[in-house]
Amino acid sequence: MLAAHLDPLAASLFSLMAIASLLLAFVMLGSRWLRHYLYAFAAESWLIAALSAAVGYYGNYPELYLIAILTFLFRGLFLPYLIFRIIHRRNIAREVHVILQASSSLVIGALAVVFALTVAARVGAELGLSGTIVVLALTVMLSMKLIGFLMLAVRHEAISQILGLLVLENGIFLGAQILVPGMPLLVEIVILFDLLIVVACFGLLVQYLQAHVGSTSSLALRRLVG
Amino acid sequence: MPGALALAIVLAPTAAIVLILLTRRATWAEGFNLAASAIVFLAALALPVAVREGPRVYWRDYVVLDGLGAWSILCAAIVYLLASVYAVGYMRLLDEPERLPRFYALFAGFALTTLVGPMMNSAGVYWIAIELTTLVSTFLVAFERAPESIEAAWKYIIVVSGGISLALLGTVLFYWAGSLVLGPSYEMTWAALRQVAPQANHVLLLLAFLLVLIGYGTKVGLAPMHTWLPDAHSEGPAPVSALLSGALLNTAMIGIVRYLSVVDAAGVGPLPRAVLVVLGAVSLLVAALFIVRQRGIKRLMAYSSVEHMGVIALGFGFGGPLGVAGALYHMLNHSLNKSLMFFGAGSAMRCYGTKSIGGIRAVARRLPIFGALWLAGAVAITGAPPFGLFASELTILRAGMRTSSAWAALLMAVLLIVIFIGFLNHFRIMYFEPAGTQPTPRDAISRWCLVPMWCALLPLLVLGLWWPDALWNYFATVAHSLDGTVAFAGAS
Repeated sequence: MLAAHLDPLAASLFSLMAIASLLLAFVMLGSRWLRHYLYAFAAESWLIAALSAAVGYYGNYPELYLIAILTFLFRGLFLPYLIFRIIHRRNIAREVHVILQASSSLVIGALAVVFALTVAARVGAELGLSGTIVVLALTVMLSMKLIGFLMLAVRHEAISQILGLLVLENGIFLGAQILVPGMPLLVEIVILFDLLIVVACFGLLVQYLQAHVGSTSSLALRRLVG
Repeated sequence: MPGALALAIVLAPTAAIVLILLTRRATWAEGFNLAASAIVFLAALALPVAVREGPRVYWRDYVVLDGLGAWSILCAAIVYLLASVYAVGYMRLLDEPERLPRFYALFAGFALTTLVGPMMNSAGVYWIAIELTTLVSTFLVAFERAPESIEAAWKYIIVVSGGISLALLGTVLFYWAGSLVLGPSYEMTWAALRQVAPQANHVLLLLAFLLVLIGYGTKVGLAPMHTWLPDAHSEGPAPVSALLSGALLNTAMIGIVRYLSVVDAAGVGPLPRAVLVVLGAVSLLVAALFIVRQRGIKRLMAYSSVEHMGVIALGFGFGGPLGVAGALYHMLNHSLNKSLMFFGAGSAMRCYGTKSIGGIRAVARRLPIFGALWLAGAVAITGAPPFGLFASELTILRAGMRTSSAWAALLMAVLLIVIFIGFLNHFRIMYFEPAGTQPTPRDAISRWCLVPMWCALLPLLVLGLWWPDALWNYFATVAHSLDGTVAFAGAS
């Protein structure tokens, strides 16, 4: 497999990008302004696109260039634009409903990374790949997953929940580029398109929420219990 | 032959959607959807027979037609047909004919996604199909535009999307585990995964399976990931609830079963089955607690779905020919019976103008025929003889007793009794408590709504009294194809 025997330059480049994406996930976790949140998400998507291209270059997977371009266009430009438009239209400037202070969520996020590292190290050791980029990729993948769920749990604004879901997917996509660069092209492309539909659906639902419930905060959703 | 049937199953709803969107007339939309559901039903009825000789793959290995998939497609097709007939009567009561074409287009689209899911041969494409079911059905749940429906739709899409993103992670890890053996690029079909599983790393497979189980388990509605289910099932229009419960949940369960057979082939030990059994038992427990104290009529039915998905999970978790047969039989029975129950609940809601059990009184006296049908359905859904669910639940219990997790079978028996008492107590109140000052029901129930209830109840009675040999053989073949010989801790 590619990740096991990379030349050192490629390995450090991949590591740099993976760690930078993880840091951007923390930026999202710590920011209270939806706009910053969105910028961080876009930057993270660009990094993932660059990573796809780099993996394609070093691992000799020409089809990854296509994925890189599509990732950049869809995740990096179009999705942020769609969400930006939703924010703009609905006049939601920032995260108004905070359950957990930014500092506490950062600490919990750090704990999540430690947990992810433990799991990744165990799997890496099991495969005889400890110390390679595999462990790092798995760590970033799992911790972005956990951070995404953390965002879903502590944020109540509808838009930030959408972004939380997108972070979940970004984590998987990032890890998949390093771990399974040869995954069938069709699946990857369809998943990208699928994301577009997801965001479109969310946009429509946010509109319904505002029109029929009168708020885009999930704190207002308290009717259905028991 | 199976290919042509599958093509009919896919093309009929697609054509209906296109025609509905082109014509945009309420009565035509009803007709197109009804015709599509009838074609799908006929094709799905023939499909299990056509795939008896073994699985067939089509379209560059992306489509597989096998016993397991055909069975789930049949269950979905039955619910689609019954719900389409019921929808004609039910949706007219909404008095918004201009929105009906939109409803039927979405409805056919939702049915299409649930029918296509079990046909997918690639684990990645299956994931996409499941994701699509969520996206389409969200708008059906939100269709009535009440604040409650929007709330339910939002919770549904957030919880389920989060859940199945875990399944995507699991899918990627499965692919990775395979790529360590097969090389970086291969088609991730179920058969390829099963083949490669024995050489793959067990820790990785286990991690991947647990992620997939939690992910698709969210979609199946296994507790504690069931939280979206009562909201979505209770707030959508009744035909949608029936399709969600009777078709969608099975479609997602198929994924779990396929992955289970992969980890079985790998021989990773008893943990995967044990986790599935525990999730099933927890679902039953949660459902029992919420059924006993339930106040909303459709939420009662929704928790009953959690219960029955728990029972099916137990059946597959126990495994062996008996467990698989019981679980598959239970899928069919549950699909029929839950459609009947949701149809009844929808009609009762319309007649009494309330969603709460407290507002529905003296059903037997005021709506005798409807009342008798719905009550018979309630007796059936709690697993009482002589209906089909009794037979399938008993089979699953028997399968469980032979395994080392007999505790789960005992727990299941106890909880089923609790649910029996709790569920029928609500019906006792609705049927026989004095009416008080409640308003009388508005009008009689249309024939469009009564006929599908008959069509669900009668087969249920037949299936309870007579379990055809052909079905036994069919289930045995499916169990064998899932590698039913490797059962949980030495079941026969």
